[in-house]
Amino acid sequence: MEPAQALADLVEISSQIEAVVLLAEDGSIAATTLSDDERARELATTAQEIVAGAAELEQREATQIEVALLDGSVFVVRSGGRTILATTRPDPTVGLVLYDLRSCLRNAAGEAPKPRRSRTRSRAKTGGDDAAA
Amino acid sequence: MLRRKALAGVAIAAASGVGAFLLRQRTAQRAEKVDLHFGDGTMVSLAPGDPGADALLGLGRKALRSARD
Repeated sequence: MEPAQALADLVEISSQIEAVVLLAEDGSIAATTLSDDERARELATTAQEIVAGAAELEQREATQIEVALLDGSVFVVRSGGRTILATTRPDPTVGLVLYDLRSCLRNAAGEAPKPRRSRTRSRAKTGGDDAAA
Repeated sequence: MLRRKALAGVAIAAASGVGAFLLRQRTAQRAEKVDLHFGDGTMVSLAPGDPGADALLGLGRKALRSARD
């Protein structure tokens, strides 16, 4: 699946996600939901800074990072050299967001996708229970 | 009449107390933090003030600004 299509599917299925940038292995932007190139580049740079900052802290590379803030959350997920950063509204359902980001990375890498989570099912699970995923 | 007013006052005070309690719980649940998940299944949770946490929280704010401006 093309990275842009994988992102389109992601934002369609996850109403909690606001903006996404997907980075290729070389750090270039493979796809983004932002229409402004400069903002997309800023977000891509920030994604790399978050990954580097987390690795420096623990002396090992984190595969998933959640930065939870009062006015929203930022998620960074890495797999197969690719990195995806997503911003969400405040208090998201963490498990579902991480599941959707991992699925998006898998789809963008051309791997066989897992069965899609339907919007109806996702709403039923968004009762503030992070363990739903 | 006086008794009814007193009961109304007690009811309002009780409702305010419950509201304040729920609001405090909600705010506590939404505290700022950084969670790092690793490939071996382990997770490290950092609170504001922990070494390195503030830098990552700052990067998170920068990301939200970039995404929303």
